[in-house]
Amino acid sequence: MRAPWRRGLVGVGVFVALLEVVPRTGLVDPGYLPTAGTIAGALGEQLSREAFWSALLDTLRGWSIGLGIAVVAGVAAGIVIGVVPALRAFTASTVEFLRPIPSVALIPLAVLMFGTSMQSTLVLIVYASFWQVLVQVLDGVRDVDPVTQETARSYGFAVPTRIRVVVWPAALPNVITGIRLAATVALVLAITGELVIGSPGLGRQIALAQSAGAVEAMYGLVVVAGLLGVAVNLSIRAAERRLLRWHVSVRRENAV
Amino acid sequence: MTLPPVLTVDHVKKVYVTGDRSVEAVRDLHFEVATGELVCVVGPSGAGKTTLLRCIAGLMDVTSGEVRLEGSAISGPPRGMAVVFQEYGRSLFPWMTVRRNVELPLKEKKVPRERRAALVDEALATVGLDHVHDAYPWQLSGGMQQRVAIARAVAYEPQILLMDEPFAAVDAQTRADLEDLIRRLWSRLGVTVLFVTHDIDEAVYLGERVLVLSNSPTVVLEDVPIDLPADRDQLATRALPRFAELRAHVYGLVQQAKRGVRAVPADSGAAASHSTAHTTPHSAHRERKSL
Amino acid sequence: MRFIRSIATATVLPVLLVAAWWFTSLGSDDFFWPPLRDILTEVPSTWFEGRLGADVAPSLLRLSAGYSLALAIGISAGLAIGLSAPLRQYCEPVFEFLRSIPPPVLVPIIMLFAGIGDSMKIVVIAFGCVWPILLNSVEGARSIDEVLHDTARVYGLGPAARFRHLLLRGASPHIVTGARQALSIAIILVVISEMFAASNGLGFTIVQFQRSFAIPQMWSGILLLGAIGVILALVFKLVENRVLAWYFGLRRKQ
Repeated sequence: MRAPWRRGLVGVGVFVALLEVVPRTGLVDPGYLPTAGTIAGALGEQLSREAFWSALLDTLRGWSIGLGIAVVAGVAAGIVIGVVPALRAFTASTVEFLRPIPSVALIPLAVLMFGTSMQSTLVLIVYASFWQVLVQVLDGVRDVDPVTQETARSYGFAVPTRIRVVVWPAALPNVITGIRLAATVALVLAITGELVIGSPGLGRQIALAQSAGAVEAMYGLVVVAGLLGVAVNLSIRAAERRLLRWHVSVRRENAV
Repeated sequence: MTLPPVLTVDHVKKVYVTGDRSVEAVRDLHFEVATGELVCVVGPSGAGKTTLLRCIAGLMDVTSGEVRLEGSAISGPPRGMAVVFQEYGRSLFPWMTVRRNVELPLKEKKVPRERRAALVDEALATVGLDHVHDAYPWQLSGGMQQRVAIARAVAYEPQILLMDEPFAAVDAQTRADLEDLIRRLWSRLGVTVLFVTHDIDEAVYLGERVLVLSNSPTVVLEDVPIDLPADRDQLATRALPRFAELRAHVYGLVQQAKRGVRAVPADSGAAASHSTAHTTPHSAHRERKSL
Repeated sequence: MRFIRSIATATVLPVLLVAAWWFTSLGSDDFFWPPLRDILTEVPSTWFEGRLGADVAPSLLRLSAGYSLALAIGISAGLAIGLSAPLRQYCEPVFEFLRSIPPPVLVPIIMLFAGIGDSMKIVVIAFGCVWPILLNSVEGARSIDEVLHDTARVYGLGPAARFRHLLLRGASPHIVTGARQALSIAIILVVISEMFAASNGLGFTIVQFQRSFAIPQMWSGILLLGAIGVILALVFKLVENRVLAWYFGLRRKQ
């Protein structure tokens, strides 16, 4: 277990060293690709700015609100559609049709409706992450053990009880997978929306740095965006493991 | 039979080294397989049968000694060898049809197209799979899948065919059928076979010779010639008194092997006494710990 | 009979939704929500009189160039890395970081190197798409059964045959998963990079419509973009069903 961890560290070291050496040797114009040291400096400089912290906060706010809406809507819709077979049959084609519509197609519409406020970006976040949750929940509900379903029905459980004691526990791993996928997608679209639409957040800071020609600051902010992604991913995976330790199907899901 | 050996396992030793720990799996294996022989290797579980087979197949380097195919030492899987693995479901390419599975090694050997087609047809016919050329392996039953693997090995026209507990995972009826298939292939095509198994009955029924392995670190405990009639039959052969004798003898040897015996006097003939071997409790104990 | 019924089931809701949109928007004088009828009547004059070649084609070309590049690099590098445990361990954290960078922020960076031409867009698409393909290829190479590797060695399969018949096919279920994720990223990136800096392309045109308040045209562009997304997903599904026919069969068997 120790060796992989050390090797990963070596890999990161090599990556940073390359980032330092390549611009220095002039292989790449340092005006385009600043050295690792310069980027770190610019990053440090950002950290001391209030604008950076409020941008980070804006991004996280947009991300969490959007993700929250998408999860609630996705889970609710998923369970309702999943539990009623007729609904599932009638909506399947529509879901398949709407899902691949690229969220960025909504950008002009969002801008017209909400201008450069956070709502514009929220539209994108909610649209894109909603499908991730919905599809996972639908899969989860479909995989509910038919025998358990039958048992619950034969004992005359009412629909709400059936959802609570049969459907929900069985679909939970999928719900959590959906949330994990949606969290990543939501972050990407939060930053994308800010970048393209100009709503407040890290993305807009990157756009501002770019238009000001502040290359180092831009790289610093991109690094922050990447680290934020890593942090979101790691924390959600950790939460997933904790929540689902008892669940057999975790192993199955991980194996796929 | 005094034909030159096709396979020589010359004092092979295998020690696994992981970090600063080393485990001696095979101590000193020495035997020969002559052209056209059908030799079974049997031993208790944990006798290093799989290690031995992987060393012979060139999938694993030996620590000392060497494996020779037709007189030349091997390093890496040699051309003239085909292997049938125990895990039939995992050794066939699931994305290829039966036909393509059998054909692929021949393509790699640059066998011309017509000859290739003939070889594949013939091999599949020999194992009784004329009708499933275009099926995928996973559409077939376990026994049929193992037939495909056997057909692939036969079509490859190897100098020696290695079989690693090929029937351990199929049901009893299929197993009997496949045993008879191997006997037929052997007598009809004259292919040399080294057949590894943990099943004593199977070893005695199939083999012309049975090599009984000791516990790990492995040596050959005894080389038992099987003097049963060449025409074997699941009912008649197994009912022969000689079959029972040989079976009992090999069974006794395997029991000794389990207890850690690793040498029997050279003069102990087939079905002779088997209490003369000396045990080495000390080493047996140590080895159990190291595994 | 059953076929007809399943067709009916599949079409009933979309038809209802479109009809609802059509009728509720019919008398709309909301500037931003024009009647669907107006949007649809705009489609031919907006797109079929030149823009299909001038804007849609360049977008699709950029998309396929960047996507193919990502496929080639991602699959070959991923399979190579997946075969070697140490190599994988060295690369893992760095890849984890690079993958986590939201691909659209690459646009301003790659603009520095490649200007605002086609090559910038292709590099952006390739760089953004490569990670899901690469990481899934790594997993795919890892997932290949040892016994199959042994089989390939025993039967003397050379490097080329081993790549084609063992690695590529064995890893294909994972590769396809990555390629599917990458496809939706590719569509996003082609549009974003065109919104940022371009003189043609779908993204560029739609933003132009929005800025000049040509609302029905903008709506028609959104619909077209959606249709392209749906069509590409369909094409992908067809290819997937062909490439992975064996895999789906195997899964059903188990």
